[in-house]
Amino acid sequence: MEEIKDVILQYVIDEYLEDDDDEITYDTPLISGGYVDSFSMVSLKMFLENKFKIKLPDDKATPEAFDSVNNIVALVKEFTD
Amino acid sequence: MSYSEKIQKTYLDQLKQIRNAGIFKEERLIHSTQAADIEVEFPSGSSLKKVINMCANNYLGLSSHPEVISAAHDGLESRGYGMSSVRFICGTQDIHRELENKVTEFLGTEDTILFPSCMDANAGVFEAVLTGEDIMISDRLVHASIIDGMRLCNAQHDTFKHSNMEHLESKLQLHSDKRIKMVITDGVFSMDGDTAKLDEMVEICEKYDALLFVDDSHASGFIGKTGRGTHEKYGVLGKIDIITTTFGKALGGASGGCVSGRKELVEMCRQKARPYLFSNTIAPVVVSGVLKVLDILSESTDRRDKLETNTNYWRKGLTDAGFILKEGDSPIVPVMFFNAKLSQDFSKDLYNEGIYAIGFFFPVVANGQARIRTQISAGHEIHHLDKALKAFLKVGKKYGILGLTKQEIIAKYGL
Repeated sequence: MEEIKDVILQYVIDEYLEDDDDEITYDTPLISGGYVDSFSMVSLKMFLENKFKIKLPDDKATPEAFDSVNNIVALVKEFTD
Repeated sequence: MSYSEKIQKTYLDQLKQIRNAGIFKEERLIHSTQAADIEVEFPSGSSLKKVINMCANNYLGLSSHPEVISAAHDGLESRGYGMSSVRFICGTQDIHRELENKVTEFLGTEDTILFPSCMDANAGVFEAVLTGEDIMISDRLVHASIIDGMRLCNAQHDTFKHSNMEHLESKLQLHSDKRIKMVITDGVFSMDGDTAKLDEMVEICEKYDALLFVDDSHASGFIGKTGRGTHEKYGVLGKIDIITTTFGKALGGASGGCVSGRKELVEMCRQKARPYLFSNTIAPVVVSGVLKVLDILSESTDRRDKLETNTNYWRKGLTDAGFILKEGDSPIVPVMFFNAKLSQDFSKDLYNEGIYAIGFFFPVVANGQARIRTQISAGHEIHHLDKALKAFLKVGKKYGILGLTKQEIIAKYGL
C-alpha cells in the first residue's frame, strides 16, 4: 500500500497546498486542519475514482473519510480489495 | 415552554467553548455617525473614547454624507417607510426599478435585480440559475456568503487555488462534460485585499465556454478609473456574466445588494431566487440614498481618486515602517502578524492609542495567517493616517517586529 499512500499524499500536496503552507504528513488533518474545504473534495473524489478505477458512493465520501491521507488510503483499500 | 435546564446547559456549554477558544465576538457600541472619527463605548459601560476608525467598509466616506442623508429624508417623505410586501405582490415602487436601471448603467451590464443584501443575492443566485447538471468552480478565498449560496444549490462544487489561473484551467478541463460551468470569484478579496485577474479569467472562460461570476462588494464605487469595479480595472466591462454587489459598503453603507448581469440570468433570479421571492426588498429610504450616491459618483471621480491617494500613502507608510503587508492595491491593507495572540494584543494596544483596527485569525483566515485588516476611506484625511501610522510604529516597536521577516516574527512569537 506504500505506493498508493505516496500517490495520494503527492496529489494532496499539489492540489491543495499553497506555496507558503507547512509540510503535511500522512496523519495531518486535512479538512478539520483547514487545508481542504468540503467543496474541494469533489476533485479529490474524482481523482481517486479515476486513478484507482473505483466508484466511491457519495455516502462514503464524507469529510471524516477524507480527513487524512491515511483515512483516504483506508477508504480506497475498502473498494479495491 | 420546553426550554429545560438540559437544553439550556447545551447552549451554555457551547458558548463556553467559544469563549475558551478565544473567538467570542463582542460588539463595540459606536455613539456617533459612521466616519473617520468615531466615539466608542468599549468595554460595555465604559466612558466614550474618541478613536480613528480604520476598519469600516466606508471606502468613499459616503455613509454620513449630507446629500445622501437629505436624499434619504426625501425618500422617506415621498415613498414612506416600508412596503409590507415582497416585490412581486405589491412591494415594488418606481424608485426600485429606477435604482435597478441606474445600477445596470453604472456597472455596464444588461439588467439588475435588487436584494435585501448582497448576502441574500449570493444566497439566491446560484440556485436560481444552475441545476444538478452544472458545476460551480470557485476561488478558494471567496466570501462566506458565496459559500453559503453554493451550499443551497444542487450543482456540483469544485475549487481552484487562490488566483491560480493554471489550476482554474485544469478544473475547467476536468469538468468539461458539465452542462454549464460557472467560474466564481470575488473581485477584491475581503481578507487579502488583492484583486481577481478578470482579464485572464474572461479569456479562460471564453475558451472553455464557462460563465463568469464576480462578487464586487469590496470594489463597486471605487475600483477602476471611474469606480465601476474590478471589471473596469481589468478592461472587461460588459464581459462579466453575473456581478453581485452591496450597497452596504462604499455605496452609502446602509444595506441592500443586487445581482447584475446577463438579462436572462437576472430574469431567472426574478422568477426563482428565494430571498427575492420571500422577503421584502430594500426600504424606500435606502433606495433614495443609493440613487443619490450613484449620482454623486457619476458626476465626479474625486472621492475614488482621494481614496487611491490615501491608500498609496498608507501602504507606503506601513512598508517604510517595516511592517509586512499583503500585496495589493485596494484600500484593504492587511498587516501581517501570523500569530493570533500577537494580532489581538497589537489591536488592543492600537485601541489604547486611539486607533480602531481589528485582528483576524483562524478560522476567519488560514491557520498561521493572523493579521490586522486596515481599511482606508476617502473620509480619512492625511492627519488621520499620520496619527494611525505613529500608533502602529509605537506599538510595533513595543513588540519588536519592525523590519522582521515572516520567519523572524514566527520564531519570536510562534504560530
